[in-house]
Amino acid sequence: MLKVENINVFYGNIHAVKDLSFEVSEGEIVSLIGANGAGKSTILKTVSGVLRSKTGSVSFLGQDISSLAPHLIVRRGLAHVPEGRRVFLQMSVQENLEMGSYTQKKSAVSAGLEDVYSRFPRLLERRKQIAGTLSGGEQQMLAMGRALMSRPKLMVLDEPSMGLAPLLVAQIFEIIKELNRAGTTILLVEQNAQMALSVAGRGYVLETGAIIKADAASDLLDDEAVKKAYLGG
Amino acid sequence: MQFLSQLINGLQLGSIYALVALGYSMVYGIIMLLNFAHGDIIMVGGYLAMLAIGAGVAPAFAVMISIFGCTILAVIIEKGAYKPLRSAPRLSLLITAIGVSLLLQNLALLIFSANAKPFPGTSILPSGSVSIGGLSIGTTAIITIVVSVVSMAALTLVVQKTKIGKAMRAVSEDTEAAQLMGIPVDLIISVTFAIGSALAGIGSILFCCRYPLLTPTMGSMLGLKAFIAAVLGGIGSIPGAVVGGFAIGLAEVFVNSVGLSTWTDAVVFGILIIVLLARPSGFFGRPMVEKV
Ligand SMILES: Nc1ncnc2c1ncn2[C@@H]1O[C@H](COP(=O)(O)OP(=O)(O)OP(=O)(O)O)[C@@H](O)[C@H]1O
Ligand SMILES: [Mg+2]
Repeated sequence: MLKVENINVFYGNIHAVKDLSFEVSEGEIVSLIGANGAGKSTILKTVSGVLRSKTGSVSFLGQDISSLAPHLIVRRGLAHVPEGRRVFLQMSVQENLEMGSYTQKKSAVSAGLEDVYSRFPRLLERRKQIAGTLSGGEQQMLAMGRALMSRPKLMVLDEPSMGLAPLLVAQIFEIIKELNRAGTTILLVEQNAQMALSVAGRGYVLETGAIIKADAASDLLDDEAVKKAYLGG
Repeated sequence: MQFLSQLINGLQLGSIYALVALGYSMVYGIIMLLNFAHGDIIMVGGYLAMLAIGAGVAPAFAVMISIFGCTILAVIIEKGAYKPLRSAPRLSLLITAIGVSLLLQNLALLIFSANAKPFPGTSILPSGSVSIGGLSIGTTAIITIVVSVVSMAALTLVVQKTKIGKAMRAVSEDTEAAQLMGIPVDLIISVTFAIGSALAGIGSILFCCRYPLLTPTMGSMLGLKAFIAAVLGGIGSIPGAVVGGFAIGLAEVFVNSVGLSTWTDAVVFGILIIVLLARPSGFFGRPMVEKV
């Protein structure tokens, strides 16, 4: 479904992602794990078109999207929930969701809202509230709900558990599994490797801009080196 | 009585400042640019209306030509001069805007010369007056205030309620996140310029009807005052631009009316300095947070 081949991404002369390739097939949950600054967010931004790779290609559903504008990539069915949630803090919950459905026909918007509100009843209660006054967990739900409004085939999540209490983290991961069961393919980036690998089918381990290991998630969870570096021994 | 007629006078001037200030504020809100060419758009609007009326076009059409011309010109400037600099340092963008401003002024100088040209204001707005309870109010003033208030109400409606208006707010709050929603950011930026300069076009006609003399540099002072109004209200804020515009307009008229007309500009700048000392982000501005 998503195929990333030999991308090299730079910030000025900082070489953040080095000749990296990976793949996500339809129906999978794939996790990318790595320490701070490993290049996880950079990879996701390159996938969604916010950043460009100097080389190689990104293809989605069999078509090259490497030079497609980000808003057109969303139209193809790829939604990116960015790191730090990035909800529109001065807009209401419902307006945020409406922005998520920017690419959709008017008739699809109310169906989308209904779907998101049934998945996140908390957002329904707060639909008129300004997003800046939501709690961190609610903002994460809003960010995910907002991405769902574009009816994505592939959802790319950048550290959805960041800054959340353990109970909420579990809840967010439960939702991710549910979305996947309902047919959305998931590419997940996390520092919380334990959680990320326990929901994923496959995982990639990233170090300073390059993939150093690729395996089934269950095998990565058992891998001594991975345990040592990312799972707290 | 004297007070009331000065009040209306101030509201008239203030509503023009507010219309122009909105363009500064909207553009700043969306791409963090102080668009110094905005004032010169007003000058272009004035000359366009003059030429159209001179060519025998019906006044209503001349007004539309002028407003439409301002809109197209601003979008061309945005696409040609500002868009290529979208990821350049903000200072480059600012200097480009000053360059565009000088370019427009000098083109006007070349075409129309430095001599002031009379603006056919009376063929656009009738110069009569109505008297309400012994108070005589110029129709120009009434029309100016009504047109401005209606335009601002329409803008508010667009920004609050329509899909494109909400997208404008989303882009000004977080451009990258807006992109990830599938919002065509470049288009939204162009639309913002278009709306801001259509308002400036309306402001231009109203201003020229009040001060019916056209010069190539007429946009500078008006632009500067409107810019101050936008900063005063909190740049980036729509209600702020409106309140700031009226505040400056009223202050100017009242300073004039007590016989201190040579002090008008000093007072305007003084207000700016005092307000910014007390509230650095203006009446309605959010405290400046550097985006990371
Ligand atoms: N805007 C930028 N300008 C310059 N360098 C950057 C920029 N963004 C990221 N980098 C650098 O690129 C590298 C990869 O950053 P990236 O944000 O992709 O890491 P990450 O794996 O997402 O980290 P984290 O877990 O902290 O989110 C880092 O060394 C970082 O310092
Ligand atoms: Mg990151």
